[in-house]
Amino acid sequence: MEGSRITRRGALLGGAALAAGTTLAAPYVHGQTTGGRLAVGLWDHWVPAGNDAMRAIVNEWAQRNRVDVQLDFITSVGNKLLLTIAAEAQARRGHDILAFSTWLIQDHHRLLEPVDDVMGRLSQKYGKVNPASEYLGKVNGRWHGVPATSGSQYKGSEARIDLFKQHVGLDVQAMYPAETRLGPEAENWNWDTFLTAADKCNKAGYPFALPAGTFSDATDWIGALFACYGAHLVDERGNVTVRNNDKVRQVMEYAVRLFEHIPSEMFAADDATNNRALISGRSALIFNPPSAWAVAKRDAPQVAEQIWHFPSPKGPVAHYVPHLPFFWGIWNFSRAKSAAKDLLEYMSQREQVARMVDASVGYDIPPFESLTDLDTWATVEPPKGTVFNYPVKPHHNATPGIAYAPAPPEIAAQMYAQGIQAKMIARMVQNREPLERTLAWAEREIEGFRRG
Amino acid sequence: MADGNTITARGIPAAIAPPRAGTLQRLARRRSTLAFLMTLPLLAVIGGLVVYPFFYAIELSMLNKRMTRFVGLDNYVFLLGRETFQLVIFQSVLFAVSAVIAKALIGFVLAHVLHTLPARGQRKWRGMLLVPWVIPPAISTLAWWWLFDPSYSAFNWLLAGIGAAPVPWLGDPGWARFAVILVNTWYGAPFFMIMYLAALKSVPDQLYEAAAIDGASAWQKLRYVTLPMMRNIISITVLFSLIVTFANFDIVRVLTNGGPQDRTHLFGTYAFQVGIQSGDIPLGAAVSLFMFPLLAIFAIFILRGVSRRTKEGL
Repeated sequence: MEGSRITRRGALLGGAALAAGTTLAAPYVHGQTTGGRLAVGLWDHWVPAGNDAMRAIVNEWAQRNRVDVQLDFITSVGNKLLLTIAAEAQARRGHDILAFSTWLIQDHHRLLEPVDDVMGRLSQKYGKVNPASEYLGKVNGRWHGVPATSGSQYKGSEARIDLFKQHVGLDVQAMYPAETRLGPEAENWNWDTFLTAADKCNKAGYPFALPAGTFSDATDWIGALFACYGAHLVDERGNVTVRNNDKVRQVMEYAVRLFEHIPSEMFAADDATNNRALISGRSALIFNPPSAWAVAKRDAPQVAEQIWHFPSPKGPVAHYVPHLPFFWGIWNFSRAKSAAKDLLEYMSQREQVARMVDASVGYDIPPFESLTDLDTWATVEPPKGTVFNYPVKPHHNATPGIAYAPAPPEIAAQMYAQGIQAKMIARMVQNREPLERTLAWAEREIEGFRRG
Repeated sequence: MADGNTITARGIPAAIAPPRAGTLQRLARRRSTLAFLMTLPLLAVIGGLVVYPFFYAIELSMLNKRMTRFVGLDNYVFLLGRETFQLVIFQSVLFAVSAVIAKALIGFVLAHVLHTLPARGQRKWRGMLLVPWVIPPAISTLAWWWLFDPSYSAFNWLLAGIGAAPVPWLGDPGWARFAVILVNTWYGAPFFMIMYLAALKSVPDQLYEAAAIDGASAWQKLRYVTLPMMRNIISITVLFSLIVTFANFDIVRVLTNGGPQDRTHLFGTYAFQVGIQSGDIPLGAAVSLFMFPLLAIFAIFILRGVSRRTKEGL
């Protein structure tokens, strides 16, 4: 039939039309042109409203500056964000701005535009950045990424008010009230008290769900525990300090005692196992951002009403709270660096930060201590004020920390990815290896991470 | 000048003789040329997605961590000295060999059972038994993960029902190794089954009839008729499965993430952890390339046997 014949020329025309149509349909947030183009890849937020708030913020900036912004939300599920960053770093092309998780600024700093100018202005306005963000975002004294509010989180205590009262005899609300003061018991909230509480809750059938695998929830709280004891496996200069280190021995002995009260299944736990344990009402405490509480609010409201957030315990040497910051970085092969810097500075202003925190129901954490006074954390409920003490505030006298700091980041990143501290504990608890053999193993592993 | 209109083949009038083709046209008419042209897209895909990445991986594996300096075989030497990597080699071999043996045995038994079923019923069972193989492994492994879940394992729920103690399926190194091998076997056994079934169907009935006349038992028929006739297909299937199993990634990644204590890491998962997650791409490339010589050894032995038997059969 004549009408149904496809000619070569027709096929070519069709193909060209399709290509043009596809190009025109590219998902731009804004299209007023003249101010150039910017491709932005941000972290796909766990909380759906988080993306909406971010889109609105970027859209406002784009309208104001007449810039075409192509905005992608890239999930970290299945390491998609990690793989996107690795691919763009290899190809030397892709987005102008990308979200970088914990160690990735350090990994890719040679390909990232320094942002000292942006950070200088922000610091002038909002004060000091928290030490974990500074350690991760700065290379040789220069900022290579802007610490992001979206996606940054603390992993302090997320505990059951009723179970702690009943089985431990501790009122966690009174200990850390929703006010800028500490309760009388806060002074005693240390790892020894924690051990007693773990024992009592375990005996009552509500063991603490403390993961001890290689996922980040495990690495972060174990890292904070080690830091609280001053037990650094590698010092600032890169020297391995595992053997003949009394603090490392002390923390390892403590960990073995602690794990007598933790279910053995926690050695296989991933980042969702602890959340499920709390939401299902089977655990009295986890170390987590308020995402478990948010799910409980939807799925198990009677559990959510009993959840209170407060810092993780302090140790004999320091009080570190696990912190996992996100960053926004600009590739040095970007052709729109100044526009990218302008957008990042806009996204880091107090008004924008407040919107992100509010949209994420308090989950997101700004890098500046001065911005931890936002209303959201005081008003979120139930119970009212549950996340008031989720961000580390000045009156907590605690320090946001990242596992394996202060080791040089290129070594620390490898120890972090391979969960060396958790494996040390697993060897002693699961394999019943003597401390000496465990330390010797850790030393050999860490020596290997020092290769340049 | 050679003109197709005027030069004719001997004895054929110029008016009806076909015009003589030029070199290019003759080349284009040759079947081998046509075949080459038709395989060109495939060759381009293999070149772009297999050959180029392979050589690029070799290049990467010979660079230092910052990818700024050529270090020769240093990364390989470094890896061989590492306790964790030695564990990875052992585990990869253990995982691949035990999973392939289990898959081959189960596939062999299933193929025989199916072969004895009547044709109508056979089709239904064949379809059902192939289901594990057609489900994307990442999805089916997730279902297995729910069964093994550290806190809510369905298997442990069943064990609790009969008063047995729960098993730390993914938390104990021994059980975790068992779990990843089990899931790989579950996923891969249907492939062996279908290959062996095809091989069984190609064994001539006359051979069994002759064996029966000679008074052969069922075991003797299996030993002296079936197995020799299936040897080549068994070898090829085992080789193919070894390659795929060695390179496995998704099952371990979803089920254990290499843990506990690195006791379930394979080359693929360890390469990912070292290369992508720890930011040491050259070392990650070196880990993944370690598979190559190991698989080459397997391939040489297996293919040499196939080739010898083929020559004997000629």
